[in-house]
Amino acid sequence: MQADFELESGGGRIMALFGPSGSGKTTILRCLAGLERPQHGFIRFDAETWFDSEKNVHVPPQQRQLGYVSQEYGLFPHLTVEQNIRFGMQADGSADSSRRVDELLERVHLAAMAGRLPSELSGGERQRVALARVLARNPRLILLDEPLAALDLPLRDPMRHELRTFLRSIDVPSVIVTHDRVDALAIADRISVLSGGRIRQVGSVHEVFSRPADVTVAASVGVETVVPGEVIGLADGVATVRAGDSQVRAVYAGSVGTPVFVCIRAEDVTLESSLHEGTSARNRWIGRVTSVQHEGAVVRVTIDCGFSLTALLTRPAQEELRVATGETIAAVVKATAVHLIAR
Amino acid sequence: MSLRLATATTLALLAIGLPLAAWLSLSNSRGRWLVDAIVALPLVLPPTVLGFYVLVALGPRSPLGRGYESIVGSPLVFSFEGLLVASVLYSLPFAVQPFAAAFAAVDRSLIEAAWCLGASPARTFARVVIPLARPGVVAGAVLAFAHTIGEFGVVLMVGGNLPGRTRTVSVSIYDDVQAFDYARAGRTAALLLIFSFVVLATTYRQQRRAGRAWPVT
Repeated sequence: MQADFELESGGGRIMALFGPSGSGKTTILRCLAGLERPQHGFIRFDAETWFDSEKNVHVPPQQRQLGYVSQEYGLFPHLTVEQNIRFGMQADGSADSSRRVDELLERVHLAAMAGRLPSELSGGERQRVALARVLARNPRLILLDEPLAALDLPLRDPMRHELRTFLRSIDVPSVIVTHDRVDALAIADRISVLSGGRIRQVGSVHEVFSRPADVTVAASVGVETVVPGEVIGLADGVATVRAGDSQVRAVYAGSVGTPVFVCIRAEDVTLESSLHEGTSARNRWIGRVTSVQHEGAVVRVTIDCGFSLTALLTRPAQEELRVATGETIAAVVKATAVHLIAR
Repeated sequence: MSLRLATATTLALLAIGLPLAAWLSLSNSRGRWLVDAIVALPLVLPPTVLGFYVLVALGPRSPLGRGYESIVGSPLVFSFEGLLVASVLYSLPFAVQPFAAAFAAVDRSLIEAAWCLGASPARTFARVVIPLARPGVVAGAVLAFAHTIGEFGVVLMVGGNLPGRTRTVSVSIYDDVQAFDYARAGRTAALLLIFSFVVLATTYRQQRRAGRAWPVT
């Protein structure tokens, strides 16, 4: 297990540790929280050393002043919502702390639930209690382990947006662990891709997804084209998105004006001669081939069609179409194969 | 006599047993198995063996017994205090094992959540572990109590059989049978049986209710 990364502690920065299960994401998070100790190396936070194997330094979790939320939220089942939130507060019981509790409950829209037990709350409400409880401590760093994994699928989409808005609204850097690329794209600013116990790439979300550092990263992110865009039109459930200098059509249920990531898998892109006309696909872009890479039986082609698009095709298809760098070609993608992720 | 001894023993076991059980279930020290085995010893040893060693260890010839006598002024053996020490040792597994099992069943992530919220291990133990393990703690205390009430061998070895001072219910039954007073022995025995049954039945009933009031989330 190896990890080497830095996170700028600017306000509202969100870093995602992304990777398949067993890649070591949770272990890294637990090391940051002080619940586990790395065998070698160090962990520093600002000027403080939290862990250093050589100097035998280990600051216990109690003294790191951070907010850690486990996958199941870790709410105390025998305490009410209010008691849970008070648990981490320094001054217990004073008038000041009561005002603070009310404020926090208000902030996570749970003012009416103060007296409930966690077992009487929905999954989303529990998560909000956990976040409020963490905020009550004025943390300097927030760590969330798979924050959306315990939620039912229909709840996840709105919660992603809510979580991002929430994390950005507080002036604390946060690290989230996730194996879901939609989570990473929808919530994080920066992303660290982990695989086989190593950090493979660190960068902005857009950068990592559209320019994976190596094949492992590409395989784990799974989407070759990721372009930031904005929904500019919506008709019959099909959105028109401005992405780069082009427009993309995609099946979408959101609203106009939403900033999104346009995601297209390389195997969903069909290439054809630019002279050919007429297709049922909603997206047909004419562009110039910028690179052609051979990967065994398949060829990876990138095309500049207002944004950078990656396509996979077989070798015979490439030869037939005479796809080569600098050639003009048409790329076709069905609107159902374009995935929009709202930010 | 029995009641007083059982109450004192239970209180002492709560004081000693809770931290001991916490250490056994929550730490991962290497010496655990050894302590586990020592705590469980009274389960398999005949009470006479345990009583014999306690008698020797506390007797006027041992440094411990002499030290106690020089401070308090009376010997430890054949006294209530001596009896207390012996019965605490003898009932130790009956308290510690349910405690430890209950602590081990507390969700580890809740303990970690408390740490990350700044709670010291002691505060975490008092505010999170004990409340969540309450059914197990109650069960351990009740078992220890009931076990001490019915104790015989160790009491006879260490306490002797001094009416009003160290004579417990079970010892008095033995005395009555020796004296062919079957009627009196039968009355006392029935009393002990009913008492033990009522205590256990009440505890198990409480546990079931507690189980429903706290669904683990």
